Amino acid sequence: MPIEWKDYPGDGSYDELITPGGNARAAARGAVRYIGSLSDEDLRERRDAAELAMQVMGITFTVYSEGEEGGIDRTWPFDIIPRILSAHEWRRIEAGLQQRVQALNMFIADIYGEKKIVRDHVFPREVLAKSVNHRSQCEGIRPPLDIWAHICGSDLVRDKDGTLYVLEDNLRVPSGVSYMLENRLVMKRVFPELFENYSILPVDGYPTRLFDMLASLSPRPADYPTVVVLTPGIYNSAYFEHSYLAQQMGVELVAGSDLVVLDDDCVYLRTVGGLERVDVIYRRIDDLYLDPEAFLPESVIGVRGLMRAWRKGNVAIANAPGAGVADDKVVYAFVPAMIRYYLDDDPILPNVPTYLCMYKPQLEYVLDHLDELVVKPANESGGYGMLVGPSASKKERQKFAELIRKDPRNYVAQPTLSLSTAPTLCDGRVEPRHLDLRPFILSGETSHVTRGGLTRVALKKGSLVVNSSQGGGSKDTWIVETGDK
Amino acid sequence: MLLSSVAERVYWMARYIERAENTARIILVHHNLLLDLPRHVEFGWEALVTITGNRERFHEHHEEATERNVLRFLIADHNNPNCITCSLAMARENLRTTRAIVPRSAWETLNDLHAWTRDNLNNGLSRRGRFAYLRRIIDYCQLLAGKLSGTMSHDQTYDFIRMGRNMERADMTTRVIEVRASNLLPSINEELKPFVDIQWKSVLDSLAGYQMYRRHVHVRIRGREVLRFLLHDERFPRTVHYCLGEVEQCLRGLPGNEAALRVLGRAQRMVREVDVTEILSDGLNSFVDDLQQVHTQLHEQLTATYFQPLDGQHPGLQAVSA
Repeated sequence: MPIEWKDYPGDGSYDELITPGGNARAAARGAVRYIGSLSDEDLRERRDAAELAMQVMGITFTVYSEGEEGGIDRTWPFDIIPRILSAHEWRRIEAGLQQRVQALNMFIADIYGEKKIVRDHVFPREVLAKSVNHRSQCEGIRPPLDIWAHICGSDLVRDKDGTLYVLEDNLRVPSGVSYMLENRLVMKRVFPELFENYSILPVDGYPTRLFDMLASLSPRPADYPTVVVLTPGIYNSAYFEHSYLAQQMGVELVAGSDLVVLDDDCVYLRTVGGLERVDVIYRRIDDLYLDPEAFLPESVIGVRGLMRAWRKGNVAIANAPGAGVADDKVVYAFVPAMIRYYLDDDPILPNVPTYLCMYKPQLEYVLDHLDELVVKPANESGGYGMLVGPSASKKERQKFAELIRKDPRNYVAQPTLSLSTAPTLCDGRVEPRHLDLRPFILSGETSHVTRGGLTRVALKKGSLVVNSSQGGGSKDTWIVETGDK
Repeated sequence: MLLSSVAERVYWMARYIERAENTARIILVHHNLLLDLPRHVEFGWEALVTITGNRERFHEHHEEATERNVLRFLIADHNNPNCITCSLAMARENLRTTRAIVPRSAWETLNDLHAWTRDNLNNGLSRRGRFAYLRRIIDYCQLLAGKLSGTMSHDQTYDFIRMGRNMERADMTTRVIEVRASNLLPSINEELKPFVDIQWKSVLDSLAGYQMYRRHVHVRIRGREVLRFLLHDERFPRTVHYCLGEVEQCLRGLPGNEAALRVLGRAQRMVREVDVTEILSDGLNSFVDDLQQVHTQLHEQLTATYFQPLDGQHPGLQAVSA
């Protein structure tokens, strides 16, 4: 039976495709009409086709489970109804992200350099002192182009009133871009007719852009540079992506043991023909495991001496070690101030209002309003160690109040956002499910934002958790030219 | 450019696939041989453990070499890293990390085989299901070899697969010669004379060489001829001469091959110069021992030259080899 959009059970959140009155939003009109005209069986067939395509293409992520050797590869749940944004809105988002990442890069360079922002009292010294992602080993280093965060994945969420907020910036080893690319391929197989009548901005130039950006960092610009992707190994949950990107860029995928730093402080690749010099490393290993000589001595996945080589400028590393200093929920609260300070500009994209418990008045406010707020530890990711006030028990809130009082610097609080929804195929019915959006921003000589990004969707009814490890799936994201300016 | 770690992984992948196939084949042949021998002949399963080079390991865990003990040990036993399921698991791990390089359909076949072997283990242990079970493992390993040969560029990476396969084959052939030929029966007495031929036939069968031997060498099976065939024949792909020749061809195209070619040359000379009649009457064991020693040296030289170009770090995944 064709879908009756008038009966689409909106839950009060902003829906990306359907207005509260049951009409399609402008950019989504064609897709909504078309999908709405399909029978249940049609929809099911397309969903099965998408699932099969995913399996055949080997689009997987690794899940750890007890009793299994290592981990197992799973295909990632994919929903065939796309998330659609107008190109008009997207241009503003694109500009906002570029502005934001530019300021973040200037901030990181400043923090490891002169620290003007601290001297000028725009950024408090004590936040820096307690930052777990600040690497003293990076003090005084100036990477090529003064860029530290070459690849950034920023998470965007939309609240009830339609405002799009930046929720966080992932500056360490952001992942998900391979799924963005593969989702588009799957959609083209499943809904070729929609692509004929729509002008959807393409996403497939990403690997080339990534390679060009990485190559531009090479310390030996005269030669054709040797670029490698450095992975922690097959048991990493993002191994598929590491292997995928290396393949798409046509570069080697390497583990720490494939690399060696010699006395000349250059990095070499072990090949059957002997050692070969490496110019650029796209690393997908966390700072602390990167080099046992500079960081955790027990790391077995890193490369001894890598920091030495980097400091000397003999190799470029993306993202630069230490870039994570700006990937911290306390530092996040200062991004709007950074934009004003470094760029003398107003932020185009707003932050979610954030209360810093390190400041007494804000701490008091947070403790008084725990039942309305989401409280997050500064340096956890993946939704760990959080308190969602409205759904927490009184006991949990009390426990959290104690934790916050003990270590106020480590906590921030934000109002509970409702996260927008989009129609999603669930058990043969189309229902709203909550989602977010992670575009990727490349920064080199020029900067580039992916056309859209990875839309992650919480497949469980009412859930706000979009993580793949916790029942999340993904959708293709369309940026559509509509003709309005 | 070929990474040392990738070269090592595909080399081991090929060795493990070959090992699984060879192990399946010798069990199958032994199983048939036992059916042919008179019932009261004490000719047990221990020889199989010896051929696969696992005697000590076996006796650490088992008192007696009963049929069931030996079969379980050779097909699926965590105490034996060379058992069929362990070999397939190791091959799979090595291929898993080189999926971008080796044809996708080879990965799918190996993945399938690995799961099927594990899930149907009981068939392999039972007398009734054994033939079909082992046959299928052998067929799938051949299918894999075919997919690799037929759908992968014959580039440097493929050369390492080819070297792995042929190093393992040469190893198996020398082992079979050693155990089978030097100790054909517990003691050759009058009563068992008629069965000597059967045993030589099983030597050939263990290496899938019976048919080709008959076609190219002799209709009658004679020990000396069989031995000569397995060492010297130039056209059968499991003879020591042939396997070493394959390794040589691969090595010739690789950089920095001098040291490895020197060791290889020593092995080839040993095989070429051996007097089969002489060693058959005396000294087969010491000849095979020497040959195996050179074989091990060759493997070590490949490892040192190509897999660890700088130091002793092991990038590849491997179990303790026999």
